[in-house]
Amino acid sequence: MNFAETFKFVIDLVSVFLLALGIKGLSKVRSAREANQLAAFAMLLAVVGLLINSAITIGISFNAFIWIILGSAIGGLLGLVTAQRVPMTAMPETVALFNGCGGMSSLLVAIAVSLFPDGMAYGDSQRGLVEIISIVVSVFVGAITFSGSIIAMAKLQGWLSTPIWTQSKIRHLVNIIFAVFSLVGAFELLITGQSGLWLLVFGSGLLGIGVTLPIGGADMPVVISLLNSYSGVAASAAGFVVGSQLLIVAGAMVGAAGLILTQVMCNGMNRSLVSVLFGGALGDSNTSLGSGDSEYLNITNCSVEECALTLETAERVVVVPGYGLAVAQAQHTLREVTRVLESGGIEVNYAIHPVAGRMPGHMNVLLAEADVPYEQLKEMDTINPEFPATDVVLVLGANDVVNPQAKNDSSSPLYGMPVLDVHEARTVFVIKRGMSAGYSGIKNDLFEMANTSMVFGDAKKVLGDLLVELKELGVGRKL
Amino acid sequence: MSFLSEALWVLLLGSLLGLELIGKVPPTLHTPLMSGANAISGITMLAALTLIIKSGDQLPLLVMGSIALGFALFNVIGGFLVTDRMLAMFSRKSSNGRGNR
Repeated sequence: MNFAETFKFVIDLVSVFLLALGIKGLSKVRSAREANQLAAFAMLLAVVGLLINSAITIGISFNAFIWIILGSAIGGLLGLVTAQRVPMTAMPETVALFNGCGGMSSLLVAIAVSLFPDGMAYGDSQRGLVEIISIVVSVFVGAITFSGSIIAMAKLQGWLSTPIWTQSKIRHLVNIIFAVFSLVGAFELLITGQSGLWLLVFGSGLLGIGVTLPIGGADMPVVISLLNSYSGVAASAAGFVVGSQLLIVAGAMVGAAGLILTQVMCNGMNRSLVSVLFGGALGDSNTSLGSGDSEYLNITNCSVEECALTLETAERVVVVPGYGLAVAQAQHTLREVTRVLESGGIEVNYAIHPVAGRMPGHMNVLLAEADVPYEQLKEMDTINPEFPATDVVLVLGANDVVNPQAKNDSSSPLYGMPVLDVHEARTVFVIKRGMSAGYSGIKNDLFEMANTSMVFGDAKKVLGDLLVELKELGVGRKL
Repeated sequence: MSFLSEALWVLLLGSLLGLELIGKVPPTLHTPLMSGANAISGITMLAALTLIIKSGDQLPLLVMGSIALGFALFNVIGGFLVTDRMLAMFSRKSSNGRGNR
């Protein structure tokens, strides 16, 4: 091993070590930010190591240098602008977009190596099956990651709805056809080493679309997490293609991490990965607006004034934020309301269901953005025993996560899903746009309970009105 | 086949490491973690770089490598920055109320 190789080897080892430390550190609130910066540094180190090693050993031509600068400048700049501009509520689709681009990158590398097999990592003696297999894997996973992520992003942005035909059995047939195309392409590529590439590219790309398109908005975060895992696998496969162990390790770590996270999300929703991927949308929250009106009989409707009056006399209030709050972007208005309540001597806590918002932890991010103290965010297991001693619960755009059916009715599809026991509180106000069903499309028994009142309206508007009412009542005015 | 067998060991150990590292994360951090892990998966930029460097100045390889590099860097830079933005909001409270978004 000469100097350049040793140098590269040491840098790679240090980078992998720092990347692992980074991922580890991201799992603790205190160290998370530093860990993220550490991981970014590790990445920079790996790039510098590669550049220096290449410059010493084989040299970097002027042309190569120019194209490196060009690609980095455009991609980096777009990333910079996107990261700064994007609102916090759009985080899931942003992650999806970034993820898709990562997949695209692995895909392009594999295509390029496949089309122009000269001069890549393996010596002539070792080129062959290994390289072709890794190209096949990289193309397959990369294409699925790219097309799937873009579809996921478009659906979360509301640019795409779920086409009706994708809810029928036809979609399985269509996907099987795409899968067969990819498989045929893959085998052709394996045998000939050249043709079959485009069949594989388009087959797997279409498969990514076909699998992602039928999945409803609620399950989308799970899919993004899974695709995130795939992009790690794609990077790992690209590592095999260009012969970089650093890439293989880092990709494998991300792939494994993504899988664990996906499992956590599935557990939180009481759904199996299989049913998320192949079960289709249970009830798309966009398409079922108002469809459940007739099912509810004993709804107590209530005005914002009444809600404010009840809040005024409360001592302990728990807020249950959900998807609706995120959609209405009402977290800042909510924070103003709770500030008024707190200055009136009322204890306010936030009950965070593991899958509240659009991704696990997304709600925490949104509330942190609105300056809610971290200590007031209570996880489900902490807050559940406290509901009987709670005067008022405000349910803001959450539905399935507060459905008592999950505990009481063993025939319900929700049965067994962990929920927040808000119905044990003295009074529950459910702020909601209408009587539409939640993600699951299942009727919520909570709405018909005697201690529940419904306040209809957009979360942001209702909270704004509530703020005015509370101020008129003089809550929180220090005398 | 020495690279292959070594690489397969690396793949196995890397996967196991990934499983262990993520094991115990509070739900609060799942979104930032996903975003951070996503940024790390942009490490595929190394593959794009290798492609350009070893292109032997063939124009198609240079162009494809450059585009791949652009996509990867979009993922990396955007991913790390967005993660930092999210995490900055968690630490804002401890740093006497000031902080940037």
